[in-house]
Amino acid sequence: MNQLGFPILTLMLAIPMAGAIACLFVSAQSARWIALAATLADLLLGIVLWATFDQSVGAPVWQFQELQEGLFGRFSWALGIDGIALMLIMLTVFLMPICIGVSWESIQKRVGEYMAAFLFMEVLMIGVFAAQDIFLFYVFFEAGLIPMYLIIGIWGGADRVYASYKFFLYTLLGSVLMLIAMLWMTRDAGTTSIPVLMATDFDPAAQNWLWLAFFASFAVKMPMWPVHTWLPDAHVQAPTAGSVILAGVLLKMGGYGFIRFSLPMFPEASSHFAWLIFAFSMIAVVYTSLVALVQNDMKKLIAYSSVAHMAIVTVGLFAFNQQGLEGAMMVMLGHGLVSGALFMCVGIIYDRLHTREIDRYGGLAINMPRYAVLFLLFTMASIGLPGTSNFVGELLSLMGVYQVSSWVALICTTGIILGAAYMLYLYRRVVFGDLVKDDVKAMPDLSPREIALMVPLALVVLWMGVYPESFLSPMRANVASIVARTEAARPIGDAQIALSQQQKTVSHAEHGGESH
Amino acid sequence: MISIIVFGPLLAAIIAGLGNRAIGNVPAKVITTGALFLSCVLSWPIFLSFLGGGAEPHVEQVFTWIRSGTFDAGWELRVDALTATMLVVVTTVSALVHLYSWGYMDEDPDQPRFFAYLSLFTFAMLMLVTANNLIQLFFGWEGVGLASYLLIGFWFKKPSANAAAIKAFVVNRVGDLGFMMGIFGVYLVFDTIDIPTILEAAPAMAGSTIGFLGGRFETMTVLCLLLFIGAMGKSAQLGLHTWLPDAMEGPTPVSALIHAATMVTAGVFMVCRLSPLFETSAVAMAVVTIVGAATCFFAATIGTCQTDIKRVIAYSTCSQLGYMFFAAGVGAYGAAMFHLLTHAFFKALLFLGAGSVIHAMHHEQDMRYYGGLRKQIPITFWTMMAGTLAITGVGIPFTEIGFAGFFSKDAILESAYAAGGNGTMAFYLGVFAALLTSFYSWRLMFLTFWGKPRWEQSEHIQHAVHDAHGHGHDDHHAHAAHGHEGHGDGTAGYHPHESGWVMLIPLIALSIGAVASGYAFYHSFVGPEEGAHFWAASTLFFNEHLMEAAHHVPAWVKLSPAIAMLLGLGIAWMAYMRHTDWPARFTAQFYLLYDFLLNKWYVDELYDRIFVRPAFWFGRLFWKGGDEGTIDRFGPDGAAVAVNAGGRVTRALQSGYLYSYALVMLIGLAAAATWAIMPK
Repeated sequence: MNQLGFPILTLMLAIPMAGAIACLFVSAQSARWIALAATLADLLLGIVLWATFDQSVGAPVWQFQELQEGLFGRFSWALGIDGIALMLIMLTVFLMPICIGVSWESIQKRVGEYMAAFLFMEVLMIGVFAAQDIFLFYVFFEAGLIPMYLIIGIWGGADRVYASYKFFLYTLLGSVLMLIAMLWMTRDAGTTSIPVLMATDFDPAAQNWLWLAFFASFAVKMPMWPVHTWLPDAHVQAPTAGSVILAGVLLKMGGYGFIRFSLPMFPEASSHFAWLIFAFSMIAVVYTSLVALVQNDMKKLIAYSSVAHMAIVTVGLFAFNQQGLEGAMMVMLGHGLVSGALFMCVGIIYDRLHTREIDRYGGLAINMPRYAVLFLLFTMASIGLPGTSNFVGELLSLMGVYQVSSWVALICTTGIILGAAYMLYLYRRVVFGDLVKDDVKAMPDLSPREIALMVPLALVVLWMGVYPESFLSPMRANVASIVARTEAARPIGDAQIALSQQQKTVSHAEHGGESH
Repeated sequence: MISIIVFGPLLAAIIAGLGNRAIGNVPAKVITTGALFLSCVLSWPIFLSFLGGGAEPHVEQVFTWIRSGTFDAGWELRVDALTATMLVVVTTVSALVHLYSWGYMDEDPDQPRFFAYLSLFTFAMLMLVTANNLIQLFFGWEGVGLASYLLIGFWFKKPSANAAAIKAFVVNRVGDLGFMMGIFGVYLVFDTIDIPTILEAAPAMAGSTIGFLGGRFETMTVLCLLLFIGAMGKSAQLGLHTWLPDAMEGPTPVSALIHAATMVTAGVFMVCRLSPLFETSAVAMAVVTIVGAATCFFAATIGTCQTDIKRVIAYSTCSQLGYMFFAAGVGAYGAAMFHLLTHAFFKALLFLGAGSVIHAMHHEQDMRYYGGLRKQIPITFWTMMAGTLAITGVGIPFTEIGFAGFFSKDAILESAYAAGGNGTMAFYLGVFAALLTSFYSWRLMFLTFWGKPRWEQSEHIQHAVHDAHGHGHDDHHAHAAHGHEGHGDGTAGYHPHESGWVMLIPLIALSIGAVASGYAFYHSFVGPEEGAHFWAASTLFFNEHLMEAAHHVPAWVKLSPAIAMLLGLGIAWMAYMRHTDWPARFTAQFYLLYDFLLNKWYVDELYDRIFVRPAFWFGRLFWKGGDEGTIDRFGPDGAAVAVNAGGRVTRALQSGYLYSYALVMLIGLAAAATWAIMPK
């Protein structure tokens, strides 16, 4: 069956599922412990998964495969992962126990249901990354909305109904189009297996329509400008753990979709529409960064910054080269940790003062020094300081897209200036300055529970920044095969170096130029 | 050994920073200062071994960092003559600044944090100078930027310090945008970011063209200029200089270490490190020369009008960095590095001396309220005198007798003249800036140490006196009225005290550097033969012919800096010693010029208008007009209105939001199910 001899992926889905059901029938305190135990068990299984994942040369692309056909008509229970999915599953199982910990005290209403929703969410998220049947993927992908919708709608802030409705409405259109495209594809190719579909050459004319249908869904999930406006509202209204999981994992599903479906299945269309991706991404970097600069609500600020960061992911994905794709993946992982941590930073002071308004704070470095240090680390990581996770991703991603277009690289790199501006401006207003407000003075520093939640995140952020090889190496072969798959469709770069001495134009073979 | 030099300060920073209050002030200070002195002691033998000609460049691999495709950046420690020079500059000044801070920061409640930041900075700077690839260089580059941000904003209760810290970081990021684009371009062209490999391959690419931002340009020009934008940001060159004067909000030891001796010279270091790359592009060299010369002149003009003692020295730093850049621009990289070395000593000395004055004057920084301090703080006075003699380049022309700046500045001016072309223009601007340098340096000395005390007008001094007399704080705002009470000798009864020995020893040590470093290293750094030999063990491109020509420039060229220096001294003496009414009459006569200089050529105001305010304005426009006014209005909210209108009919079916979602899910599932049972 696989290298472990037991269906580990199914087990990773079954544990939180069982936990979720159990949570519905027990007391609040038991629900918390069950949820923690289930997520920790999944984390442990994730570590086993990572440790036993075969990275050697010539290792099979898809590992830990499970196949159970004919369960639901033409659906099959097909699971399996490659390095890309492995990393995203690791991100999920790492963030989940932290989310449970974050909600430990701040959620007092309907705790059992809340924990069940989170555990159910974990099932669906792991399912998305592990599914090898396109409809199984669709079910996981779309069903993920239900627990998130409930989390925002029941445990959210004052305006939760508007936010959850907006969240739903945006996602609706995309998913319907994607479903239609999936139906067409599987009829055309005669299979629902994702690995087979990834190697199928669809008619280029049809590819364009299919690509657009998938794009409609993934662009909303990402979210890309201009379909991003659901995100700030959803974040603002969601409880802290909801924001963590939304920014940490749910946004990555769009990127995963692009890398798993759009690029390998429709390489010609991806090349054809790369300009669209670039245009939206360039606008997003500048536009949402400037919007982030003028926010008064901490969560909104970080939400807008997420849109800008996700634009770096999309340009990297559509750079059609190793650096761009690996960079995009690293930004996704890094952003998952860092923005999750930043939402926790907001949540921690929200729990104390019950406001997200930036101007209500100030001078926290004095009474919350530990908090100030951790917040600083995550701020710097968000800015992409070398030595932190986000730098590795942003560098590679932008380096990748530079090989395609210097304009796109230039505009997107302005994100490093604007990012520094809005994040440092936020940090200054919250943490620096003098401590004058009485209620702010009364805020205690981090509790041991909060430290225990933040420090692992901090360590992984630094680990990714100093030795990213641990994270890049499992993905290397899979990214290379996607690059090879899209090779023929790779757009011609704008560099076109011309050597004068030899009086002829030669291309730089490594970087996608064409000889003339 | 190099690992201990580089990682010792990091370890010390982590212990002091995370230990903080738990381990207490003294252990934190001992650990950080000890680590720095250890690094310093280990660095000098390395430098001397290169100076003696026995050492070879070598690279120590630490471990892999980022690998992606053919892109491969490792953590590596490179040691060559260029690194060794920077090692002694960085570790020596840093160790002395650590020691000095024992005294200067003695009353600060947050000392472990301060020392941790200082050591962290030193670590980052050492990573920068030992980099063997562009990405590690960038790591150090950003690391020093972070430390600079933290130290400028060290007194985070002060809004002005916070604003200055953000400004420093963001303006540097503008430069970093260029640097990053440069790295991308280098990788695209050379398929590697390993510095020695790039430098080897660079000459073959000279003359080729590349498509960039829709145009076609010379490949090497594009790459060099992009990288140079990064250097301009870090080294506060014209256009990206605005952060440096504001950075004086940080504690004075920080200004000495970061904003004078080390970090701001990183740009010069980078150009020298990559000098074979810059040599392949005449356009890039011309730009470096022009920017350097313009900054050298521009910053010196502003320096003449500032009244804050630290700001004068800050503009002076900016101006001296301009000298280094135009030296590099004309191809005299050895001279640039030589000035970098001597400047590090005398400028750190001037800053630490200014710190000692500020310490003595109870945190008063305005020179208008100094005067007559010569007798009160004699050691500070004499050490600052050494610094002033060094920066103004005092020495006897045609001999080898002089202070540090005499050797290094003259070497730069002579090479600029010898290079011709843009170099000639740089020479004239440089000589004029030497006059201004002499004027503002002596102005600073005269206002501070000579004349009658003018302390009674200072708010800080009044507070000190009132506190000492037990008056309390009831008369904060009465400084003007109270100014003339009592003593009548301008002292307001205040007695400045000389700083303690922990502060004086670094001053004395740096004075030795300011006096002797020029003479000691002149031949090794810029001598045509010895220089070629010394720099051969590095990536620095040493142009023997240019340095030879520089030795044979006409006599008037060699004399002109000395004359400029004497003229500046003369004007300063006339204006601030002899006819003390001249400055006031001058400013009244030429008030437009004076305002222009006092307001720093209005660059900050200009940037505020064209960058800062529009950024916020556009941010609000995109938010309110874009997201809320357009996308939401015609998107989801518009759809909601439409649905509401049409939905009255189906209201009976829809009881709530949740339900509607479930309905759509149901439709989706039904579609899937339909398909599943459909025959093919």
